[in-house]
Amino acid sequence: MRLQNKSFWTGIVISVLIYAACQLLIETGVLDDQTKTTLILICINIILGVSLNLINGITGQFSIGHAGFMSIGAYLSAILTLDFDLPFVVALILGGLAAAAAGMIIGIPSLRLKGDYLAIATLGFGEIIRIIWINTDYVGGAAGLSGIPNETNWTWVFVWTLITVVVINNFVNSTHGRACISVRENEIAAEAMGINTTMYKVMAFVIGAFFAGVAGGLSAHMFYILTPQSFNFLKSFEILVIVVLGGLGSTSGSIVGAIVLTLLYTWLQEWPEIRMLVYSGLLVLIMIFRPQGLLGTREITFNFLKKRGVQDGTTNIPS
Amino acid sequence: MDYVIQQIINGISVGSIYALIALGYTMVYGIIKLINFAHGDVFMVGAFVGLFSVQALEAQGMQSKIAIFLIALLVSMIASALLGIVIERTAYKPLRNASRIAVLITAIGVSFMLEYLMVYFLGPQVKGFPEIIEKTQYTIFGVQIDSNQIMILLVTVALMVILQFVVHRTKIGKAMRAVSFDQEAARLMGINVDTTISATFAVGSALAAAGGVIFGMTYSSVDPFMGIIPGLKAFVAAVLGGIGIIPGAFVGGLLLGVIETGVSSVGYSMWRDGVAFAILIGILIFKPSGLFGKNVREKV
Repeated sequence: MRLQNKSFWTGIVISVLIYAACQLLIETGVLDDQTKTTLILICINIILGVSLNLINGITGQFSIGHAGFMSIGAYLSAILTLDFDLPFVVALILGGLAAAAAGMIIGIPSLRLKGDYLAIATLGFGEIIRIIWINTDYVGGAAGLSGIPNETNWTWVFVWTLITVVVINNFVNSTHGRACISVRENEIAAEAMGINTTMYKVMAFVIGAFFAGVAGGLSAHMFYILTPQSFNFLKSFEILVIVVLGGLGSTSGSIVGAIVLTLLYTWLQEWPEIRMLVYSGLLVLIMIFRPQGLLGTREITFNFLKKRGVQDGTTNIPS
Repeated sequence: MDYVIQQIINGISVGSIYALIALGYTMVYGIIKLINFAHGDVFMVGAFVGLFSVQALEAQGMQSKIAIFLIALLVSMIASALLGIVIERTAYKPLRNASRIAVLITAIGVSFMLEYLMVYFLGPQVKGFPEIIEKTQYTIFGVQIDSNQIMILLVTVALMVILQFVVHRTKIGKAMRAVSFDQEAARLMGINVDTTISATFAVGSALAAAGGVIFGMTYSSVDPFMGIIPGLKAFVAAVLGGIGIIPGAFVGGLLLGVIETGVSSVGYSMWRDGVAFAILIGILIFKPSGLFGKNVREKV
């Protein structure tokens, strides 16, 4: 692993400061429960967005089955803490690994499918996973699983968010990440340059699915109850919207997208009858007026001292 | 044996609805390569317009049941065709040159908007659909068919024939085929691409609306979220038959309906949707161009 640059450490310091500030506010009771829940939700959405961005934005594989991976992590980790009394972290990691295994299975069709066809196939996979949960009595079937211990707190969520962002960011900036970007830009050219496109596509699916599984586990231990309905394809779209709004191919874009959308969503909760109308209207307007997302493929870096405008050579994603 | 034939007949009547929605999907995809997720909601709006026209006509004291049905069908088809044009013009046209994923997100946004507009104005609860034509059971060689099933099949086949006629024998149909083949070349040959795309949306939406009215009559209920699952299934049907191919969508829809009914009849009704998606993935992996499609090699 290469030596991290200054920007990386500035980022870590700023993140820790944000964590400490929020933790302080929570402990002193300045933040009410609702704000705390919003904070946790933002973090879970960041994990989901950043991990989907690795598949969709960086590697260019059009996946809309992220809720499927999330549900695997959620159900497995819930069962492990509920029925087997495993520690929370272990359950989370095992849930993530199970999701990663599913990611590998779903990654394999991507060797033959491209673009819209892959999107529909992943959507189908997500739905099949949901139907399996509905038909499995052990996890409560359609009624869902309840009584999951509430283990998720700000510290856990924050730690996992940081891990996700750091791991995926470093992956993207590594040789492997560059290979993934080359697959996105032009698969045939990448193949001709000797890049094992198969391996990188499956790799992106596996890593993305792992973190989606972890996010699922975190959200399962947050809300006591899990139902198959909460992982339908609308959930996948919600995550996709985060990524696209932030800018496909930009990790910091996904973070911004997750924050903006979660805040928008909670803020609109006061007007339940028009919430979805406003949400969908904004979605259409944003796509019409800024289809590349808020940040495009740019990244926010913490290189304050460096001059702006140094591009890192990545271009826009071809349609 | 009778039981099997019975199930196939039931399957065909379910499949006809899928086929009607799938035709719209396949036409739109064939021309602008857009998976129009809002199509299932156009189907829903069509069903509601059908319901309101039936109520209005009955309040007028109209007697002839067949006339009520046909007028309601026509009104809902025209209204949905207009809706389809409005959606295309406002939401999809500005994105003609944007990335595919942006257009897809827009389609999803439009889908939500239609659903929640309905919820906002009519409430989320399920509404009953009146039984316009009373069901009569016929028994032919030990197989039971009701009048509703016959009517569904008749309407579907009639619309399908009209569609084939429009696409293959009229000027606008020729334009549609030209645009789907090569948009730029079609433009150079003097075809108004925008009008053609709008016409495609209009025709597809009208067919979806017909499917919606028939769906309402078959299941006697409509609700704002009824379009989601049939919409996805119709997409599966379109892919099954080969997306962009009109007879393919028709056969794919019928086939999917028969398979689903088959799965339900052997006692796995909970797995019905799962089987539909498994078929989808199987088709995509082993024959991505669909049953009726030709393999197109990718250009390097």
